[in-house]
Amino acid sequence: MISRGIASKPFSVRKLPGFTFIAILCFALLYAPIVTLVGYSFNAGNSLAVWEGFSLQWYYAAWQNDKVQGAAILSVIIALQASLYATILATMAALGTTRTRNFRGQTAIYTMINQPLMVPEIVTAVALLICFAVIKQATDYHGLVYLVIAHTAFCIPFAYLPIRARLEGMDKSLEIAAADLYATPWRCFRRVTLPLLWPGILAGAMLAFVISLDDVVITEFVKSAGQDTLPTYMLGQLRRVITPEINAISTALLAISVLMVSLVFLLNRKKS
Amino acid sequence: MSNSVSIKVHQVSKKFGHDRDEVIALDEVSVEIRENEFFTLLGPSGCGKTTLLRLIAGFEHPSEGDIFLNDESIAHLPPYLRPVNTVFQNYALFPHMTVSENIGFGLSMQDKPPTEIDATVSEMLRLVQMEALRDRRTDQISGGQQQRVALARALAPHPRVLLLDEPLSALDYKLRKGMQIELKRLQMETGITFIFVTHDQEEALTMSDRIAVMNKGRILQVGSPNDIYDHPSERFVADFIGDTNFLSAELVESTSESSLLKLASGKTASAGPSGSTLRSMVNIAIRPEQAILTSDEASAEFSGTVTNVLYSGTDSVFHIELKSGEEFIAKVQNSGDTRRDWKTGQALGINIQPGAIQILRD
Repeated sequence: MISRGIASKPFSVRKLPGFTFIAILCFALLYAPIVTLVGYSFNAGNSLAVWEGFSLQWYYAAWQNDKVQGAAILSVIIALQASLYATILATMAALGTTRTRNFRGQTAIYTMINQPLMVPEIVTAVALLICFAVIKQATDYHGLVYLVIAHTAFCIPFAYLPIRARLEGMDKSLEIAAADLYATPWRCFRRVTLPLLWPGILAGAMLAFVISLDDVVITEFVKSAGQDTLPTYMLGQLRRVITPEINAISTALLAISVLMVSLVFLLNRKKS
Repeated sequence: MSNSVSIKVHQVSKKFGHDRDEVIALDEVSVEIRENEFFTLLGPSGCGKTTLLRLIAGFEHPSEGDIFLNDESIAHLPPYLRPVNTVFQNYALFPHMTVSENIGFGLSMQDKPPTEIDATVSEMLRLVQMEALRDRRTDQISGGQQQRVALARALAPHPRVLLLDEPLSALDYKLRKGMQIELKRLQMETGITFIFVTHDQEEALTMSDRIAVMNKGRILQVGSPNDIYDHPSERFVADFIGDTNFLSAELVESTSESSLLKLASGKTASAGPSGSTLRSMVNIAIRPEQAILTSDEASAEFSGTVTNVLYSGTDSVFHIELKSGEEFIAKVQNSGDTRRDWKTGQALGINIQPGAIQILRD
């Protein structure tokens, strides 16, 4: 929020003509589709455009749908594993890039860790498809591991960023003080660095979880037959008959995401 | 105070950076710090005092030279293997622990039994008068209290040497005065060697048994506060500690005990021993309060004209232009029987207290 103190400053962007209009337009663009989506998930009829009264039937239908259940469970299994592995790797990467002497090529390493944020997802997806196709051919293994690996890979930067931010914000003299007080490097990490880093790690893990949960492009390319996650299942449904069941599933996903992001926000606010 | 050596720093150099960016933070520094001593490293910022402290603590390692603790080389031991603890300038208290957990941290890292940790923590809390706040988090206590916790935390493992890195600089004037007395008391009570880093000369003079004055990575002089103040060996030391008049004089006689100077006025005066060759010009330092003003111009060691008078309650400060053209500052106490009514423009003579002229190494 902009505080009232800003009034004393000579320039305020809020006083520009049309500011309010543009702001409302932006928010409308962001939220109108979501409001519509959520609204029609409670539609009593089976139309996405005609309101026929309030009902929870589509939520019930989605809940009862075996395919939705299976896809949801698979999504959660992949997201849990991917976010766990990504967070562990991201924590190590963050420690490696902030708790060592500056070395040549440090910036290059940052960029490489954040690669999935910059390379178009479709490129990564195709690359993974080709790479895994070779391995599938050679090993004849078609399990979930490919999806877990792919998700872990693109989740790393999302987990890395909050962890690194937390490490950089941490007072380094605390670790020096621990060493001064007879803590070996490992005990210093366990008793001082890790407890202070914990909110960052949790934030990173939750972000990674959400990112994994709603991925479509890479999953669609990498998955083997029968490995539908919730988003790829929904994509498949859109090609056939569309009912507000899709709205209901989307709303549930949205609720999970909002919950996670709120938690991340709260965690980061608490100790800063 | 025993005379055995606690910390011995032997020809230590510390360089940071490489090649063209190389900075020499310490330049072949040697010093011996005795057991149970309150030893102060005093100097302006960037003089290398904190670097020397960090080398003794083990946060940095010397580029050259060696550091001994009770005759054992510690220069390349990591900090957690040295029986030396530090009080940090910003305190560096662990924010996720309570006051008593902070104080007990060192002991628990030494794997002391919990009963012993509890006992020592209670003792430390009593020592720094913080018993009431033992379960507080460290962000719920004031700066002065944090300072005490930092002290207690560093003292709890009973280190052989306690290092203090400008620990009082973040406190306001009154708290700082109180903590100075407190620190001195703690040092006497615990019998631990204290190595104290400060840029505050007044603080150094009041608290220390001995002071090392540092500048540009070198130790210029080591001595008791008295020594340093009365017999500064170099211009920098005389200038950094207290106010000083710098004059030049000719060395006419020199023995191992004393020397005789020919002053610019043509008068002679005696001073301490000098390493300079006879008949050469030397720099001398005279403290403003060592001057005795007199109306007897002719027989005085210096003579000049008052250019400014500053009254400051307990004493008056006179700015005097000497016949030689040099500026001289005299400080005279305003007690009942000393004459202080010198006016601007008046001519007067200045005598110096016997033994108060200090010959400086160049």
